[in-house]
This record gives sequence, C-alpha cells and structure tokens, in this order.
Amino acid sequence: MFVPGNNPGMMADAHIYGPDSIMLDLEDSVTMAEKDAARLLVYNALKSIDYGTTEMVVRINPLSTPYGRKDVEAVVKAGVDVIRMPKTETADEVRELEAEILKVEEEIGAVGRTQIMAAIESALGIVNAYEIATASKRMMGIALGAEDYSANLKTNRTPGGAELLLARETIVVAARAAGIACFDTVYSNLDDMETFRKEVELIKILGFDGKSIINPRQIEVVNSVFVPTEKEINKARAVIAGIKEAKAKGSGVISVNGKMVDRPVVIRAERTIALAIAAGVISGEEAL
Amino acid sequence: MRNSKLVTLEEAIRRSGLKDGMTISFHHHFRGGDKVVNMVVDKLAQMGFKNLHLAASSLSDVHAPLIEHIKNGVITKISTSGLRGTLADAISHGLMDEPVVFRSHGGRGSAIATGELKIDVAFLGASACDELGNACGVPRSGNAKSICGSLGYALPDARYASHVVVLTDDLVAYPNLPAGIRAADVESVVVVDSVGDSSKISAGAIRDSKNPRDILLAKSAAKVVINSGYFEDGFSIQTGTGGASLAVVKYIREEMINRGIKASFALGGITAHMVKLHEEGLIGRLIDVQSFDKVAAESIGNDPSHVEVSAVEYASGQHTGSATHALDIVILSALEVDTNFNVNVLVGSDGVIRGAIGGHQDTAADSALSIIVCPLLRGRIPCVVPKVTTLITPGKSVDVVVTEYGIAVNPARPEVAEKLRAAGLKLVDIKDLAAKAESVIGKPDALPFGDKVVGVVMNRDGSVLDKIYNIK
Repeated sequence: MFVPGNNPGMMADAHIYGPDSIMLDLEDSVTMAEKDAARLLVYNALKSIDYGTTEMVVRINPLSTPYGRKDVEAVVKAGVDVIRMPKTETADEVRELEAEILKVEEEIGAVGRTQIMAAIESALGIVNAYEIATASKRMMGIALGAEDYSANLKTNRTPGGAELLLARETIVVAARAAGIACFDTVYSNLDDMETFRKEVELIKILGFDGKSIINPRQIEVVNSVFVPTEKEINKARAVIAGIKEAKAKGSGVISVNGKMVDRPVVIRAERTIALAIAAGVISGEEAL
Repeated sequence: MRNSKLVTLEEAIRRSGLKDGMTISFHHHFRGGDKVVNMVVDKLAQMGFKNLHLAASSLSDVHAPLIEHIKNGVITKISTSGLRGTLADAISHGLMDEPVVFRSHGGRGSAIATGELKIDVAFLGASACDELGNACGVPRSGNAKSICGSLGYALPDARYASHVVVLTDDLVAYPNLPAGIRAADVESVVVVDSVGDSSKISAGAIRDSKNPRDILLAKSAAKVVINSGYFEDGFSIQTGTGGASLAVVKYIREEMINRGIKASFALGGITAHMVKLHEEGLIGRLIDVQSFDKVAAESIGNDPSHVEVSAVEYASGQHTGSATHALDIVILSALEVDTNFNVNVLVGSDGVIRGAIGGHQDTAADSALSIIVCPLLRGRIPCVVPKVTTLITPGKSVDVVVTEYGIAVNPARPEVAEKLRAAGLKLVDIKDLAAKAESVIGKPDALPFGDKVVGVVMNRDGSVLDKIYNIK
C-alpha cells in the first residue's frame, strides 16, 4: 500500500488496515520543497512506529536526482526491509543502487539486510526486464508503474488495460525466469471498485503475486481475489495428500478424482496452501 | 372567547407571568438551524428581564448570541445536555459565574418529571400547530417549512412546565392530531416567520463514510455485536450518528439477512439507515426521541410503527418503564475512554467543552451491552487515556471499547470476552491501548485548568459525577 512520505497521520496507522506491505513514498507524492522534511519523517516513522510484521518498503527518488543518495542513506540506517527503485531502465542502475546500499550497510555493520524492488515504468525498462530482475541478489521483485509507462508509449490508460498487456506479461515472465516476485501497478479510481476488482482478477490470471494499492479500502478486494476459496484449498489438500500417498507407495504418477496429477499441478497446490496460510484462512497445522 | 391562545411573542411572555430569576426552557430538535432560543431570549432582553435560568435540552454553535445576554445579566444560569462552538468556548473560559448544569437526556427528563428541575415557562418550537396548541414536528400542510420529526425532548417540558408557549411557522386548522404536544398543556400559540433554518435542521441524503478508519472501526464493532451473544432474533439496538456508527448498521444488516434474524426495535435518535432496515422488515418498530435526518423525520409522520417517545419514556433512570431498560445493544462514541472504561463525551482534550452527554449515560447504564467505538488516535490526540478529562459515563456501565488498534472488554464482563474470543476476535487489555497511544503520541502536558467551576456533570440519578473547571 502506497503511503505518502509527507503525511504523518497516514504513516502512523497505515498498518492497522492489514496490508502485506507498506510503501512509504519519497518520490512522486512529495513535492521538491518537502523532500528533506519527508525523508526525516520517513526515517523517524521507520525507527519509532511499531509496524508489527508488515513488510516496510520505501520508494526513494532516482539516484540521478539530488535526493536519491540521501534517501538511501536515511532509510537503510532506519532499517527498511526493501528499497523501491523508481523508473528503472537498466541493470547498471540497479548495480549502482546496490553499491550505494552496501556503502551505508557497511558503515552501520548490517551488510545484506536491505532488499531491492525495481519499478519498471518505461518501454526501455520492459525491454530490459530480465536483466533488471537478475541484476542483484537483493532483487526481491519487480513492479509495473503504469502511468509513466503508458505516457512513454504515447498512449493512455484504459479500463480494460489493453495498453499494458505486453508490459504485464513481460514483467511476470522476467520475474518467474529470475525466481523473484512481481507486483502490478496501482488503480487510482477509488469510486469504481468494480473495475478495480476486474483488474485484480486479470492480473491474478496473468500470474502476478500481488497488486499495489493507494487506499485501505482496496485491501479487501485484492484479498478476496487472491485468497484461495475453500474449494481451491480442499482441492490442493487432496493433491498434496495424493502425492504423499503415491510417494509412500513408490509410484511417480498419481491421480486425484480420476485426473492425472503431474508436477505443475502439485506446485500450484503447494502455492494455494502457502497463500491460504499467509492470508490466515488456515493455519499451518490445518494445511496437512 | 375563540382563538384566545393565539398571541404575539411579547404578549405570550407577558401572559406567562415570567419574572426575573425564573426558569425558561427550550428543545434542540431544530439543531444547528434553531431560531427559537435566540428569538425568545432577544425578546426577553428587550423586555428587560434579568437573572433567568435557561434550561435547554441542548445548545449548539447557533446559540452564540447568548454570550451577550449572559454578559448583560439576562441569562445567569444554564442547564443543558451539551454545549458547542463559541458559546461553549466562552463558558469554558469562565464567562458565567454560576456553573452550567449538564444532564443526560434521560436525566433531564426525570429531573423535570420529579420537579428537581422546575420549569416556569417552556418556549417550544413546532413544525405545525393548531390554534389550540396541538403541536408536532412533522409536516401537516403544504406550507410546512421547518420539519424536525420527533419532538421527544420537548415533551417533558410540555407536560410539566407551569406555562407552555408553542412557537410555530405553520399554523394549521384544528385538529392537528395526532400530536406529541397536546393542547391541554399549552397556554399560548405564537406564529412566527420561521422557527428553524431547514437546511441546518437535518442532513439531506446520508452518504456512507468512505473514511477507511471509520470502515475499520465499524467492521470491528459489527463483529462484536454479531458475536456478543445478544445478536438473536428479536434483539434491540441503538446507534449514534457518527460515520462509524452508521457504517455499523450496514454490516449488521448484512448479517441479519444472512442469518435470517430480525430486530424487535431500534431506539433513540433515528436515522435514514434505521428507517431503511425497518422498511425492509428487519426492524419491527422505531422508537424515536429525535429524528436525525429528513428521511427519519418523514417516516415518523407517515408510518404508525415509527413512534415518538418523550425523553422520560426514552431513557429516564428513575422511571422503570423507560425504553432503555428493554434495550439489548447500544453503540456509542466517545471523545475519551480511560483505563477504567470511564467515558468522556463532553470536554475536549484541550479542556474546552465541545459535546453533549445526550443519551450516553442512560443507554450505557440500562442496555444489556454497551459498545464504545472510538479511534485510539485522533491526529495527535490520544483517545484512550489513563484518566478521562471529565467523567460522563462511569466505567461500570461500559462493556466493550472498539478501537482501530484492538477491542478491549471490561473485566467485569468476562462472559462477553469469552464469546468474542470464541468467535476468533483478538482482544487487548485497555491499559495496553493507552500505552500504545502514549507510545505513538507521547504524554500530553497537563491542561491549564483554573479553579473556577464552570460546569457540573450530573449523573442520571441526580447525584454529581464531576466538575468542569475553567480553562486558561
């Protein structure tokens, strides 16, 4: 969930709505005049607010601006989990950020603590998506920034999202090839929850791990789409139980309810159970 | 002699026998649009009255002109349920020599009924009145201008005041019946241009809150209601009008439909949300002491199962027949809650009076389950605190506190806590909530109170609960 880095009220209680991850923003939601103040606020928020188990991300300004390096220093020192790098276009940019992070981590004796998420927001970034995804061991995921991307393509955003199709599929493919996560762009019309839901359903089918949101009211929709249904959970349990039984018998191929179960089906079943546990729908013990 | 009750305001005052030092009363059903209090007190000042006790069911920002009348000695004592705006600010800073007496709606009703609060002349605004004094808050002609619905808070005044003057901007032909204010109780009828500004009497279309915090609070409160053990077919409920309270109704409604259960009645201030549930057949009766919006005001005029009750019938602690005694669940708000579950709804965290007791004390005490919905933090103000600024509703009446950081159950209600835990709700200790607020905001400085008592908070049994001191 995006939270402006210059809004103490929102930063103070963003976690109470239960997002998986909070992204405090120092980039586009903060005006030039407030960059320094926002950095100080975000630093203090990370240091003093108990966000519990919520993953904390900060979107920094690009290193090419006068603010980027100061942002890295502040948030790494504050112990952020992930730095979101905006407008990423090349692997070199990722390596530059990695070096900058390492410098600060060495200074405070916390080497390797900070992860990177790259936001791809241009045609060049999409062309280089796999290189970006594999540029650093710290890379935990890549994300689409659709506003800048569609402007760069010289088109507009539409409710159906046809203009984003290649970018979305490229990002999912690059992330899977690199073995990292992928996140879809924000949907900013808060009064149209129906179109938002359709978009979440679409990106789930495309293979995304999650969606960026701008308001707590969107959490319920994303969760309802991503959290497995009871039917899906039961099916996954049957598959996993079947495979265990087959292994015990020394058989490689099994069938559940008359359908052959092969490796991809098992992987999907394991993923369903993992999601259900993460969403708190079932406990780890119940999964067995 | 025919039409002997129809007189001018000045004549009505003269006839009433009002003297310096006596008590006059008003209702607040016209809320922020009220014109009656200012109109009458201006006239009293003009006629040279001094040293009057103004006993209103509540006062708001629209009554700021009273400040001048207090300074000039026309009004020297006030009794009310609440104070807001510049009048409240001036009184908090020591405007009056005599403390304001604050009573709950039920407390005021019973104080009037028992004679503890003796009203000499009641000036009661009405949306429609006939020439004999049958008066109501619903439209009875095409000329109705100021519609407020229920006149519940005015009914004890009409019944028990020594002299009753009705002011109306819509004189209708006899018989204006049924009517809450009955002709037999009314001595004079005064026709005026306008008793209220209709745009400020009640909100128009109510929109659902989009504030994520309100939604979160409402969902949590709805879970408490649904799993409390009181959510069964035939239950009864009362809610406030804040964003979170209104949203609670929405979530409870969904669950009522899912489970196929219905409420026997909804009580108190009635809103469009409650009217909707009633019209859908989910709530049997609406017992209405105050109609909060246009939809509710229209409903009470048209629907025989939407009934008007007086403040005494609604919430008196000294009349066992009052409706609150039959109430299962009440959902209330708060400015502050403390670690002993005491609630303050009257004095802000800056020490300035900015609210009203309303039915808070009454419904919390009499209902089977009282739920306070209150954000832990309002900006930089902590709302769960070690000790409330002013005690309004004692903690022994409060069962559950719902905040965005967790739900706390009064240790006196272990069976409620047990039911909520069994339903999978995570409960927190209220002391941990206060500590959480302090960890985020820090410890506020002590308020700079002076030593002059500006307000006295009465309990509904007539005893003194707390005193409010002037703020510097």
